[in-house]
Amino acid sequence: MVDTPQVLPIVAAEEEMPHRGQLRLFLDALFRNKLSVIGLIIVVFMIGVAIFADVISPYDPNAQHLLTARLQPPSAEFLLGTDQYGRDLLSRIIHGTRISLLVGFASIAVATLFGIMLGSIAGYSGGLIDDAIMRVMDILLAFPGLILAIGILAVLGPSVVNVIAVIAIVSIPQVARVTRSAVLTQKEEEYVQAAMVIGLRTHVTLFKHILLNCLAPITVQATLLVAWAILTETALSFLGLGVRPPTPTWGSILFDGKDYILLNIWWMSLFPGLAIMITMLGLNLLGDGLSDALDPRSRED
Amino acid sequence: MTFWHYLAKRLVYALPVFLGISLVVFSLIHLIPGDPAIALLGDVATDEEIQALRQEWNLDKPLYEQFGIWIWHVLQGDLGRSLYTNQPVSEIIASRLPVTAILSAISLVVSLIIAIPAGILSALKRNSLTDHIARIVALLGVSIPNFWLGIIFIIIFAVYLRWLPPGGFHFDKGFWAGMEGMILPAGALGAAYAAITMRMVRSSMIEVLRQEYIETARAKGLSERQVIRRHAIKNAIIPTITVIGMQIGYLLSGAVLTETVFFMPGVGRELITALAKRDFPIIQGLILFFAAVFVVTSLIVDLSYAFLNPKIEYS
Repeated sequence: MVDTPQVLPIVAAEEEMPHRGQLRLFLDALFRNKLSVIGLIIVVFMIGVAIFADVISPYDPNAQHLLTARLQPPSAEFLLGTDQYGRDLLSRIIHGTRISLLVGFASIAVATLFGIMLGSIAGYSGGLIDDAIMRVMDILLAFPGLILAIGILAVLGPSVVNVIAVIAIVSIPQVARVTRSAVLTQKEEEYVQAAMVIGLRTHVTLFKHILLNCLAPITVQATLLVAWAILTETALSFLGLGVRPPTPTWGSILFDGKDYILLNIWWMSLFPGLAIMITMLGLNLLGDGLSDALDPRSRED
Repeated sequence: MTFWHYLAKRLVYALPVFLGISLVVFSLIHLIPGDPAIALLGDVATDEEIQALRQEWNLDKPLYEQFGIWIWHVLQGDLGRSLYTNQPVSEIIASRLPVTAILSAISLVVSLIIAIPAGILSALKRNSLTDHIARIVALLGVSIPNFWLGIIFIIIFAVYLRWLPPGGFHFDKGFWAGMEGMILPAGALGAAYAAITMRMVRSSMIEVLRQEYIETARAKGLSERQVIRRHAIKNAIIPTITVIGMQIGYLLSGAVLTETVFFMPGVGRELITALAKRDFPIIQGLILFFAAVFVVTSLIVDLSYAFLNPKIEYS
């Protein structure tokens, strides 16, 4: 490959100067927005809960108090009550954070990786390759996400790894789409046009520069997808298709609680849902804040 | 390009998508490790039963031939038969569909009744107390899983207050009994979608209010009320239609959960029941059905969007 020295300063300048300024502006906008800061705090807090679950849980999440404390309402001993095996709900919800966040982040990490690959290849090469990749993505997008996830899980059988894989597969098209359109926008930018006109042969370099500039919209999309992934994991576990018992997850606690709703055992249903709600709220606030901070028009407001 | 060209083009584009989704659904069965016939019937099946299923499903023929036969049957409305009751899958879907259709329709209406006025009001009174409250409620709405909201509704209104039935489908006991039974499920399902739609209405209304033609309308001496009625609302609703259309697909997946929570005999709960029994023809048929409904509604939405919006270029 031949390096074309005339071009490099252009590319380098584009990357260095306005870029750093952009990041600054973006971070300023993000942190000026109180709601997105609250979102960030919630997300960091939940990650903390997941990491230190063993330390902060008052009980072993799988320890049963079958004879002494079945289906106990919240009390000083069991702050959020107990389930049908006399297991402490607070401890189960705290440990449930682990699976929910693990599934949420891991599945979207995988989806982002493949989505960026497919989307950038499609956007960068265009033509037949673009068509081929995007038609396959269209087909995956033609299924309501949860339904496709249910269908694949029905075949693969329930397990943590399968749930992560399924949610990743369903999310890839979303990331690919966003990446592709960001790449297409970048391709019109002057620095890319200039490099192409001069005939820059180092596709790799160009590709890297384009991708770096596409990270922002991808990050927003990924944040919102993590929220969706956690919600989907919960739904799958609630339907009995997710992680196998006795591993506690928010969805599986709701699944267990379902049979006791009419007996007015409300705590098994209320508290896991609140945990989901708070996590979703954090991710949605953060996602909204990120996308506002990235939109120059709303920065002015 | 005229609207009719666009219509033709969209229909031609929809064909490979249909073919693609059928291929995905067809492949599901073949992703099961091992012999599909044994996997489907389980270890207890006799050799004759397995042989019969192989024959019925053409499992001994090459895959492309199996797919061809399968899709030929699907096009004729034959989605196979239940492994347990031998009832045709298309009949099962037809018998469960009204429940899901009624639930989805009422939920959609509920969500629109809440979302459109709230979104418009929130955009017009931007940064007022009304706006803040509406936005916080909407944010909670998108953060709450709708099936959990359903559970909470049951606990409050059916178990604690005893005002409404905790579930079931009661239209056989008369219209009002049926509607009464719909309040909680449609409320729970509609609330989540109201939140999404409201956010969309709000942002597109704000977008429209920024446009020059709004200034022009004001400059030409129209009252603020007329400006909003004649110009702003109409233009803000058009992009919302896309979102509403997309949601019909999500309403269907929401129905799977809501029907499970409220014990409603719709297609959604049928899917979950079939999953528990591993009744694959039903699972396959329902997933294909859900995807087809989703594709058709997206198509209708795109077309009506193109039809309603004079600015769009059919490309």
